[in-house]
Amino acid sequence: MNLTNRSKVVAKKELTLMESMYLPAIFKGMAITLSHLFKRKATIKYPEETREIAPVYRGQHVLKRDEAGAERCTACGLCAVACPAEAITMEAGEREKGEEKLFREEKYAKIYEINMLRCIFCGLCEEACPKEAIFLTDRIVPSSFTRGEEVFGKDKLVEGLEERVDVTKRQTPDVLSFKQDKKHAHNQTFQDRLKQ
Amino acid sequence: MDQIIIYKIILCAIVFVVTLGAAAYMTWGERKLASWLQDRVGPDRAGPFGLLQPIADGLKMLFKEEMIPTHSNKWLFILGPSFFMLTACMTGAVIPWGAGFTIDGTFFPMQIADINIGLLYMLGVVSIGVYGIMIGGWSSNNKFALLGALRASSQMISYEVAMGLALIALVMLTGTLNLGEIVAQQDADYAYIVYQPLGFLIFLICAFAETNRAPFDLPESESELVGGFHTEYSSMKLGFFLFAEYINMFISSAVMASLYFGGYNFPFQHELGLEGNLLSAIQTAVFLGKILIFIFVFMWVRWTLPRFRYDQLMNLGWKVLLPLAIFNIFITGLVMYFTGKL
Repeated sequence: MNLTNRSKVVAKKELTLMESMYLPAIFKGMAITLSHLFKRKATIKYPEETREIAPVYRGQHVLKRDEAGAERCTACGLCAVACPAEAITMEAGEREKGEEKLFREEKYAKIYEINMLRCIFCGLCEEACPKEAIFLTDRIVPSSFTRGEEVFGKDKLVEGLEERVDVTKRQTPDVLSFKQDKKHAHNQTFQDRLKQ
Repeated sequence: MDQIIIYKIILCAIVFVVTLGAAAYMTWGERKLASWLQDRVGPDRAGPFGLLQPIADGLKMLFKEEMIPTHSNKWLFILGPSFFMLTACMTGAVIPWGAGFTIDGTFFPMQIADINIGLLYMLGVVSIGVYGIMIGGWSSNNKFALLGALRASSQMISYEVAMGLALIALVMLTGTLNLGEIVAQQDADYAYIVYQPLGFLIFLICAFAETNRAPFDLPESESELVGGFHTEYSSMKLGFFLFAEYINMFISSAVMASLYFGGYNFPFQHELGLEGNLLSAIQTAVFLGKILIFIFVFMWVRWTLPRFRYDQLMNLGWKVLLPLAIFNIFITGLVMYFTGKL
């Protein structure tokens, strides 16, 4: 089988005098390393420069707020169900009177945790979310000294009131219409399917 | 007379400091060059261009925990790296670093000890260097360290033979063992590389082997074995072993530059119209430049060639280099006989 065109037929033959002196081969090798001296360096000096990433990069998650600043998540648990790595866990709470500005609907996530060590950044949680609450962003999850620090709670996940996180790169109009288009099976309700 | 003694002490101190400083910055240079040859950037965090890296490395070594194995011979264990370091620094004494300066009618030579057996002294010191490795490996009371020391010392002894024979051909040509005179002869004549290309090649290969540099770095083999003779060493004692390698490299570069490449002499030096101290200063700078080029070659080879297998190493030393060196002596003798130099 020929996987690449680079394979060579290897024959074991006696070395010629020139070859058995090894010196020409050594100089050839040294010329190769010397040429690398002047090549462009592959290093990216990380804190100062960052690697260029795709616009739809799937990095650290964000829990979105709506325009008024209320949390969109209703703790339905669909993201946790969709998660193939079982990295998401949550506990639901009931909205008290006077908390209408904090939470968008009657039910909200009291605890919402994503284990960043388990997460495989596939984006299925984002796809499953019916409330447009969770998104993956182009932020890179920072490293830490303990495993515990890598379990991100609501303090790290929910976007700040003043510092909103831009997710338009992942939530383009195309994506939005795709997610709400009833002709796709995953957007159909049970009744829709019965009708067909 | 006193003036000369004080001057010699100062020169000693300068050569010592320059050797150590050069060795320290060679560790930085080695890492930089290694990374450039591998398309990387290298250390650039400590100071501008990572220039403070040797200091950081040295401090790291100093603050590491000092471990002396329980059943080792403590004095020999400490003596090993000290000896290695000492012999590494000793050769610098006979190398002519420049033509010398004249101040107020007094001549100050740029050579610490102008002894007439300079070359022999150098070979002797190189031979003593084996003891540092042997004592260190043996006193560790560790099988692997002992095996590593045996490996290292048999390599160094094997290559000393070919090295000495390569130098004999040179000595036949120069008629003296005095390093200062050998360099001075290359001012009047061509550099000896022209007459001794094969001798130089043998000497270069042996110098790689003697300084335990790649492709002959089997004594250490840091990428595949436990670390050879310095397995049990830690902290600055390990640092001494590693550091002495760089001093050895610096010194052997200086020896090669002065024996085969004209030392502090450079082409057309007398046509420049410069005289005395200024010319002498330029010559010293040129000599240091030549040393730098050799150091570059040392590192360049290290990051190009893979390590020899042990039997290949022994084959090369005894079956190739030794006959070649004898052949070189023979040819040199024949040529000298027929050109009437003998």
